[in-house]
Amino acid sequence: MFRILKKENLAPNIFLMDVEASRIAKNALPGQFLIVRVDADGERIPLTICDYDAAAGTVQIVFQVIGGETHRMSALAEGDCFHDVVGPLGKPSDLTEMPIEELKKMKICFIAGGVGTAPVYCQLKWLHENGVTVDCIQGAKTKDIIILEDEMRAVSNLHICTDDGSYGISGNVTVALQKLIDDGMQFDRVVAIGPMIMMKFVCLMTKKLGIETIVSMNPIMVDGTGMCGACRLMVGDKVKFACVDGPEFDGHLVDFDQAMQRMRLYASEEGRLYLAAKEGDTHHGGCGNCG
Amino acid sequence: MAQDMMVRIPVREQDPKVRATNFGEVCLGYNKEEAEAEAARCLNCKNPRCVQGCPVSIDIPGFITKIKESDVKGAYDVISQSSALPAVCGRVCPQETQCEGVCVRGIKGEPVSIGKLERYVADTARAMGIKPSTDAAKKEKKVAIIGSGPAGLTCAGDLARMGYDVTIFEALHKAGGVLVYGIPEFRLPKDAVVEKEIENVKALGVKIETDCIIGKSTTVDALMKEEGYDAVFIGSGAGLPKFMHIPGEQAMGVFSANEYLTRSNLMKAFSKDSRTPIMRPKKAVIVGGGNVAMDAARTALRLGAETHIVYRRSEEELPARREEVLHAKEEGIIFNLLTNPVEIHADENGWVKGITCLRMELGEPDESGRRSPVEIPGSEFYTECDAVIMSLGTDPNPLISSTTEGLDVNRRRCIVANEENGQTSKEGVFAGGDAVTGAATVILAMGAGKAAAKGIDEYLSGKA
Repeated sequence: MFRILKKENLAPNIFLMDVEASRIAKNALPGQFLIVRVDADGERIPLTICDYDAAAGTVQIVFQVIGGETHRMSALAEGDCFHDVVGPLGKPSDLTEMPIEELKKMKICFIAGGVGTAPVYCQLKWLHENGVTVDCIQGAKTKDIIILEDEMRAVSNLHICTDDGSYGISGNVTVALQKLIDDGMQFDRVVAIGPMIMMKFVCLMTKKLGIETIVSMNPIMVDGTGMCGACRLMVGDKVKFACVDGPEFDGHLVDFDQAMQRMRLYASEEGRLYLAAKEGDTHHGGCGNCG
Repeated sequence: MAQDMMVRIPVREQDPKVRATNFGEVCLGYNKEEAEAEAARCLNCKNPRCVQGCPVSIDIPGFITKIKESDVKGAYDVISQSSALPAVCGRVCPQETQCEGVCVRGIKGEPVSIGKLERYVADTARAMGIKPSTDAAKKEKKVAIIGSGPAGLTCAGDLARMGYDVTIFEALHKAGGVLVYGIPEFRLPKDAVVEKEIENVKALGVKIETDCIIGKSTTVDALMKEEGYDAVFIGSGAGLPKFMHIPGEQAMGVFSANEYLTRSNLMKAFSKDSRTPIMRPKKAVIVGGGNVAMDAARTALRLGAETHIVYRRSEEELPARREEVLHAKEEGIIFNLLTNPVEIHADENGWVKGITCLRMELGEPDESGRRSPVEIPGSEFYTECDAVIMSLGTDPNPLISSTTEGLDVNRRRCIVANEENGQTSKEGVFAGGDAVTGAATVILAMGAGKAAAKGIDEYLSGKA
C-alpha cells in the first residue's frame, strides 16, 4: 500500500506529499526519480524524488498540477493511497559517488526553478548531511510561488530571485547567477534543475563562462526502465534514454530545442483529456487545446 | 458429408475487413463439434514426434485423446502437467515450426491443428471454472522469480507445484510481462485470457509483488542475503529497444514498437476511454519483419492508419509466424520487402513527413544462415508518412546484470546460463528466457522457465 502520510499545499497548485514506499525509501539517492499511478486506470507519471526516510519507509514528492493526472493526484488526501509507486529509477547524481573530501573542495552552485526546487533540496540536504554546504539560486516568477524556502535555507547558502522582483534578487536565475559572479563568487560546477527552457538558458550562459553544468531531464516516458525509448534525447552525438542513462546529463551536450519539441508530442491530446476530465461536457472549445 | 481426414477443420475468424477496425480477437477458436472432429484426425502415434517438437513437452496425443472422449477436464489436466499457460500458447506459439511442423499428418496432408485444440481445451476449462491444483507437501524453501512474463510464470508455476514458497517480482504495475505490454489484445485478450492464466498460477500459491524493479528497488543479492530467498530465477526479458541511428530518428512520430505497443496494450490507449495518449497516424511505416513488427503494424492499422511494413530481406526470411503475416495481409497491410530506410524527414515543426528508403537485393548467406541483404546503389525513393515505428529487436537491459555480483554476461550482454538447468555463474541464481537468449518466443521462454524450475529443485534438494 502506497499510503499518503502527509499532504501540504505549498503554493497555488503545488503539492507536497510523503508516501509510504519502503523499498524506494531504503534504496533511493539524490537525483533519482519514481513513477506513480493515481488509480487503476492512471497514467504512469515520473516525479523526481525530493526526500526519503529509510527508517520511516517514506518518500517525498512535490508536484504541480498541469494536467488531468496531476489534477487527480492533488485530489488525494492524507490516508489515501496511490495505486502504484515504483522506483527508485535512473542513476543517482554523480556527486553521491565522489569522495567527500573532493566535494568539499568543489565550488558548486545549484540552480532551482519552480517545482525543480524539490529535487534540488534532496541533493542539498544530502551534501549538507555530509558536511558540504553549497550555494543555491532558487528562482520563481513571483514571491507567492516560492516553495520550501526554510528547508532550502537550512541546507544551503540560498539566493532567491523572482522574475517580477517581488522577493530577493530581481530577475530570472541567469541574472542571479551573473550577479553572484559579478560579486566575486567563483563556481566550477553548476547543477540546474527546473523547466527545460530555464536549463537551456543556464547552459548557454555557463558554456560561455566555461562552467561545467549538470541538468536533470524530465521528458515524456512510459515504463521508466529503458523498455520504451520514449524518453530518448540527443546528448552530444549520442542517443540517450533519460530513464536509464540519466536523468542527469552534461547540460552543454543536451539538445534542448529538440527535447522541448518532443515534449509537445502529446500536448494537444493530453490537453483535451485534461479538459474533458476537468470540465466534462461543459467544455465547448476555444481553449486552444481542442481541435 | 464424410470428413476429409487430410484437411484441417477450418477455424472461424473475424472477417478481415471488420477486424481491421476493432481490437476484438481475430481467431474465434473451435467449438466442441469442430474440436472433436479435428481431434479425430490425430493418429495417436506410438512415437509422437509432436511431443519432441514442443519446448515444454506437452503430452499432445494424450490430451487430444481426451478431447476425442469429450473429456475437457482430463485434457486440461494432461496439458497442465507441462504448461502453466495453455490459453496463451494455443494462441501465440509458432506451432508450424514446432509440434505441427513434425506432425505425421503433415506428410501427405495438413498437420493436426494442435495449437487450436490446446486453445479449445484451455478456453473451455476456464469457462467451466477448472483450475490447476497441487497437492505437493509444502517445502520450507523460498524462491524469488524476477519477471512475470512467460519464463517467470512457468518457472513459478512449476516450483509451486513442487511445494516451494514462490514470489514473483514484477517491474511494471501489472503482471504478465510481454503478454500484457507486448502482444496486442486482438491476438491475446488481456482480461479474458492473460489475467485468468495468471490467476491460475496464483491459485497454486504463487505470490506476485508488482512495482518492484530488481536492480533498483532491491537487488538479487539483497533478496538472498536479507530477505531469505534460497534461490533466484531471472526471467527479466529483453529490455532496450534498438534504433537504426539514421538521420531524423528523433522526429516526433518515430516510436519504438515497444513504446507504441506498451501504450496500446498495457495502458489501453487503443480505447477512447484510456487516459494514455497514442498517435493515430494517417500513414505509418513499420520497420522490421518479426512478430513484434506485425503486432505494431496491425495496431496502427486498427488505429486508422494506412500501414506499410518495410523489411530489408524478402518474404521468405520474414521472422514472423506465418499466420501473423497472413493475417496482416488479409487486413490490408502493405509489405515493402527488400527495402531499407536511410533517412526520416521532418516538417518545420519537427513532425515526421516522409521516409527515404533504398531497394535491396539478397547476397550471400550471413552468420544467421539467411541470405544477407545488399543495397542497390542509386535506388533511393521517398514515401510520405506521418509515423515510423522501429521494430528492430531489443538489447538486454543491464539493470540486473550490472547490480548482481558474480553474474556473468556474454558479449551481447545476455546473462550466461546453462541450457539444461538455467544455472548461471552465481550460486543459487538461475536464468532463462529473453534475458539469456535475446528476443525469442513465448514458448522458448516457457521452456527455459521449466528447465530452470527443475534445476532449482535439484539445487535446493541437494542443499537440504
